[in-house]
Amino acid sequence: MKSLRLYALAYLAFLYLPVLVLPVFSFNNSEFIAFPLSGFTIRWYQGLAADTAMQHALGNSLKVGFATALLSTMLGLAAARAVTRYRLKGAGAALGFISLPLFIPDIVLALSLMLLLGAGGLPLSLAAVVLGHLLICVPFALTVLIARFEGFDRNLEEASADLGEDPWMTFWRVTFPLMLPGIVASLLLTFITSFDEFLLAFFLSGTEATLPVYIWGQLRFPERLPMVLALGALILTASVALVILAEHVRNLGAPKTTVGA
Amino acid sequence: MAQTGRNSAEGYSLLVPALGVMALGLAAPLALLLLTSLKSQSGLGFAQGWTFAQYAAVIGRASYRVLFLRSLLISGAVTILTVALAYPVAYFVAFHARRKFVWLVALTIPFWTSYLLRVFAWKIILGFNGLINSGLMRLHLIHEPLSFLLYNPFAVVVTLAHAWAAFAILPIYVSLEKIDRSLLEAASDLGDGALRRFLRITLPLSMPGVIGAAILIFVPTTGDYVTPELVGGPRGAMIANLIEVQFVGAGNWPLGAALSLMGMAMVAVIAGLFVAAARAGAKAAR
Amino acid sequence: MSFLSLRAVTKSFGGPAVVDAVSLEVERGEFFALLGPSGCGKTTLLRMIAGFETPDSGAIVMDGETMNQVPPHLRPTNMVFQSYAIFPHLNVFDNIAYGLRKLKLPKSALRSKIEAMLATVRLEGLEDRAADQLSGGQRQRVALARALVRAPKLLLLDEPLGALDKRLREAMQVELRAIQRKVGITFLLVTHDQEEALSLSDRVAVMGHGKILQVAPPRALYERPNCREVADFIGEINFFHATVREIATTGVTVNAGILGIVTLPRDNLTNGIKEGDHILLAIRPEHVGFADAGVAGEITASTFLGERNHFQVCLAGRSEPVAVSAAAAPSGQAVHLSFPPQFLIGLPSGD
Repeated sequence: MKSLRLYALAYLAFLYLPVLVLPVFSFNNSEFIAFPLSGFTIRWYQGLAADTAMQHALGNSLKVGFATALLSTMLGLAAARAVTRYRLKGAGAALGFISLPLFIPDIVLALSLMLLLGAGGLPLSLAAVVLGHLLICVPFALTVLIARFEGFDRNLEEASADLGEDPWMTFWRVTFPLMLPGIVASLLLTFITSFDEFLLAFFLSGTEATLPVYIWGQLRFPERLPMVLALGALILTASVALVILAEHVRNLGAPKTTVGA
Repeated sequence: MAQTGRNSAEGYSLLVPALGVMALGLAAPLALLLLTSLKSQSGLGFAQGWTFAQYAAVIGRASYRVLFLRSLLISGAVTILTVALAYPVAYFVAFHARRKFVWLVALTIPFWTSYLLRVFAWKIILGFNGLINSGLMRLHLIHEPLSFLLYNPFAVVVTLAHAWAAFAILPIYVSLEKIDRSLLEAASDLGDGALRRFLRITLPLSMPGVIGAAILIFVPTTGDYVTPELVGGPRGAMIANLIEVQFVGAGNWPLGAALSLMGMAMVAVIAGLFVAAARAGAKAAR
Repeated sequence: MSFLSLRAVTKSFGGPAVVDAVSLEVERGEFFALLGPSGCGKTTLLRMIAGFETPDSGAIVMDGETMNQVPPHLRPTNMVFQSYAIFPHLNVFDNIAYGLRKLKLPKSALRSKIEAMLATVRLEGLEDRAADQLSGGQRQRVALARALVRAPKLLLLDEPLGALDKRLREAMQVELRAIQRKVGITFLLVTHDQEEALSLSDRVAVMGHGKILQVAPPRALYERPNCREVADFIGEINFFHATVREIATTGVTVNAGILGIVTLPRDNLTNGIKEGDHILLAIRPEHVGFADAGVAGEITASTFLGERNHFQVCLAGRSEPVAVSAAAAPSGQAVHLSFPPQFLIGLPSGD
């Protein structure tokens, strides 16, 4: 239907509009973010290269991102395996509990964690941010990994045991290679989620800002806005690239063990 | 076939780390939140004893009640708007698109980018000297910038509707995709035109997806902080902004805690009522 | 000397027993089949022998050693899975060599072992083929090769031919039999396909509702089923109600309703039946004959099946038609049926 297609395309344009604002105006030779466009420049990007505070925040975001990605994927892997390969009573309730953070407003999560830190006498820190990020990333990792485990003939692990391999070797020779695309996808998606996350980091990072927190701090200075746009454009491009990579990897080598002629 | 009871212990031990993290990061903090809401602020700490004073304050103050109501109305508007705009797109991809996977990826990519940056982008677009105003002025369509675009509930609704679009598209798409095409063929065969068929078959069968999408959007948007903070202005503030104020600086943590829990409880009740009503409606329709 | 001994093995998954006190002896070098409809417990039993499930009670003994607590990777058994479970990330060579890793064979020895096995299953030249490029029949043979190359003492096969089309299935049945004879390993096959069980095995155990109903060589199973379930499951059969009048060494006399008073050989009566008992008299369609005299009836349906014709014959006083299988069609619809007593079997009626 022609009109429906047109609507869908218009909708797509609506979705991408704000996203495209950032790159477009990051090359605009003007301190004001308004029409008309004033010519092409890369000076905002050059400014970024000299911004040490930004680079420090970037470093923090990378540290938190890597830690979150690794931990949430590991936790998710164990939990996904437990739920798909074992007959466990209460598995549904456990999964529901693990997914609960997705239904609780970020701010409540952040503030509750602040209370926890306060009660334990612990300072606000990047480690606290990682804990917060785990709450929202583990459910993602679980979703990706459970889907991968379910698309995977269970007999394969039994066959490996049958052929003489103990559980550890079975994991390395069969489970891990076949799960690898799912593991990589989970690492990428949880990394991006953590890297882009603002609210929990804002409340929990204390003195060590992550990149989104740094950006938030810059938003009240109009003269810094074009550089923020440049930074934003870079982050956007990186996120999109990683997501496309993750989707590609996720569907890679999906095991086809169905019997057929 | 799953492993047996003999290995259940192994299974549980695999589940424990994730559950442990969740208990630490979610259960304990929420318990603390509950406890905090039953205390009162005294200087930089809490007074002795437990009290429901915070809850009384939340319910008692008119300005708080107004804020809660506004938050619910804004989320409600966002939910309706997002679902209504997204449904035709989901329908298109489920029934008419040839490369569904490409469409779905294209539709979801924007949502993997930083939420903060997207809200900021809307601020730029809607601002007094922002893109819409400067564009329209340049095209001589208006002589003065439009002031109603930013720092009000309108801006919050538009920004949130954009932010949550994917959460509407995907569940609706999935439920449309599941509809057995032969049901539609049967309806046509029995005399229904396209519109009638849509109303009698497609729409009802896609309701679970629509309801799922509505809940998925409504519940988190009531508690959103970033959007109202950046584009809402004083008239577009929502519960989260008030809660934040209580916790930052020398605020009132117990009050903040009570506000949080009241907010969550309210949303849960409304969502529960909505789902129950939807189920009752579905049963009645049969 | 029995290699595999199951002693009162029982298993339930929280409800009625799926495997109910099963006892069985499988001889070394036998081709043994477990036959039964879906849900009869045969696959659970197989998985317990392989080690993937643990019996609630009873013992699984192989070569004199109790195996109950031994994990699957340490048992002298190997299994060919129903889905074949070919590792998708490995090629044919690596799949077959998978279980030989622990032996740490030098490359040349490994290669010749694999090539010999490929020849046995007739897959020469396919060592480098990727798993997802194999046809169903090829996968089945890779699964077989992979299990056999470890020279297990017992090979377990879980409905190995179920997913193949008819022609391929029949060809594989012949090959499977030949391979078993050649390698001399004890094979234990689980299937719901009675033709498969009867054509491949030295002995068959028929299972129903978690219990073993009868264990016998295929011919004995076909000609002397010991109960209604077995008789019904294997091939087609006609049942008539009867009462035992007299049991003597010369024969058993029964009052068989429409068939009249009949005397069958003593051996045709299942053990344990006494005079006065209600029984089922059973006879295979190919043993019911068209004759000039006998029980009168009318042909109500006939099907041409190539080498034989299949008829449904209605008898007065009996609601269910009698199935008759004969090479030639009689002329006309009104016929007489003869029921030669030597082919009549007496089974417990199960009331």
